[in-house]
Amino acid sequence: MIAIIDYEAGNLTSVQRALSFLGQESVITSDFSEVMQAEKIIFPGVGAAGKAMFDLKRLGLDKALTESYGGGKPILGICIGTQVIMEWSEENDAQCLGLIKGGVRRFHEEMVDRDGKRLKVPHMGWNGVAFKQDHPLFEGVAPESEFYFVHSYYPMPEESEAVLGETDYGSRFASVIAKENLCAVQFHVEKSGRPGLRILSNFCEWSGRDNA
Amino acid sequence: MLSKRIIPCLDVRDGKLTKGIKFKGNVDIGDPVEMADFYYEEGADEIVFYDITASHEKRDIMLETVQRVAAKIFIPFSVGGGIRTVEDMRQVLLAGAEKVSVNSAAIRNPNIISEGAKAFGNQCIVLGMDVKRVTPSDRIPTGYEMVIDGGRRPMGIDALAWAQKAERLGAGEICLNSIDADGSQEGYELRLNKLIASNVTIPVIASGGAGVPEHLFEVLTQGHADAALIASMTHYGTYTIKEIKSYLHDEGIKIRTTW
Repeated sequence: MIAIIDYEAGNLTSVQRALSFLGQESVITSDFSEVMQAEKIIFPGVGAAGKAMFDLKRLGLDKALTESYGGGKPILGICIGTQVIMEWSEENDAQCLGLIKGGVRRFHEEMVDRDGKRLKVPHMGWNGVAFKQDHPLFEGVAPESEFYFVHSYYPMPEESEAVLGETDYGSRFASVIAKENLCAVQFHVEKSGRPGLRILSNFCEWSGRDNA
Repeated sequence: MLSKRIIPCLDVRDGKLTKGIKFKGNVDIGDPVEMADFYYEEGADEIVFYDITASHEKRDIMLETVQRVAAKIFIPFSVGGGIRTVEDMRQVLLAGAEKVSVNSAAIRNPNIISEGAKAFGNQCIVLGMDVKRVTPSDRIPTGYEMVIDGGRRPMGIDALAWAQKAERLGAGEICLNSIDADGSQEGYELRLNKLIASNVTIPVIASGGAGVPEHLFEVLTQGHADAALIASMTHYGTYTIKEIKSYLHDEGIKIRTTW
């Protein structure tokens, strides 16, 4: 069973719909023991980092995530889930889970593209990922695939080995982070068409070790 | 860099697909779920549903359609038409839409934009604008006026002023429809698109007038649009999304070509 962590940060049904489409059972839960008993954890969400951390702590889910990560359980972070795993976020000056070293910053409002045209924040729409390493979650995903992003903040891991893929928006940022049994993507796998579904289905098969 | 988005628009009435030419003489051409799935497989970057169901009592049919779409297609889609309250928005989002679009309701009550943005996030709220060309005046300095009720009722509001106000209120995106160009297949209103897109910081989806792939190229370059809405040119099989995308790609537009 896959636990989709519910920390009241938005609509989680789209992740569950994608899993149902793939024939995978899942439960949307904010219950500590249910999360601890699950074989895998998906940590999705939209919203703000400060609010997310507040709710995670209130529900005891910060511990569930930290212990599950330490225990080797496969974890997939999506969007804000990819930011809350870092040590801190500029958004609401939040102290985060610290599973990955580094922080989260906001895109600059004055970013421009190569032609000098102003880039909009949030970064919303389809963009590519330049993969720096292979990973079981991206097996069968064409390198030129694009993914659907909606975010104003981005993670900055300190260890370059944790950066699996980068995306170009004003400058390059870490859009895919992977360490041990944790993989986190800044884009929405559940809204990224077939390549996104492939990542989800690879996650369902994943043992949590970074070479299958 | 972000890709420019190609977005088919499906008009739905009582749970069935229609396509209006200048909002008159709609004809049924099929099931919206099947059509959405077809476009999803073909490489649409997003889908827009516009519910033109007249009676509020039949709104449940649309919610059911939204749920059926959400179980099958895994790209973002938005739903507009008949959304009057934050509760209407909530129902559509819970049924599986990524975004909701408000049009006349926002003109009548602009606060719905800020309330919706606060409840669900700016990225969820699309402002639909129906715009008609008029002689510039003190009231309408740009010569583009907001209209509602399918273009029948002028509102005495300047389109640019309204777009900027909606952005301040928290709209995350604008879907800009030219009533003059809609259904003409003679090209988007480039001047209107450029005017709005270069004076707001949120993305603009151009709507109304697409007939050939060159029209999309024009609006995505000269028109400064971030995305282009299409309907007739693909609904009747004149072009496929793949053909349009490969044309744009060959012309140097950044487009999603793998799916």
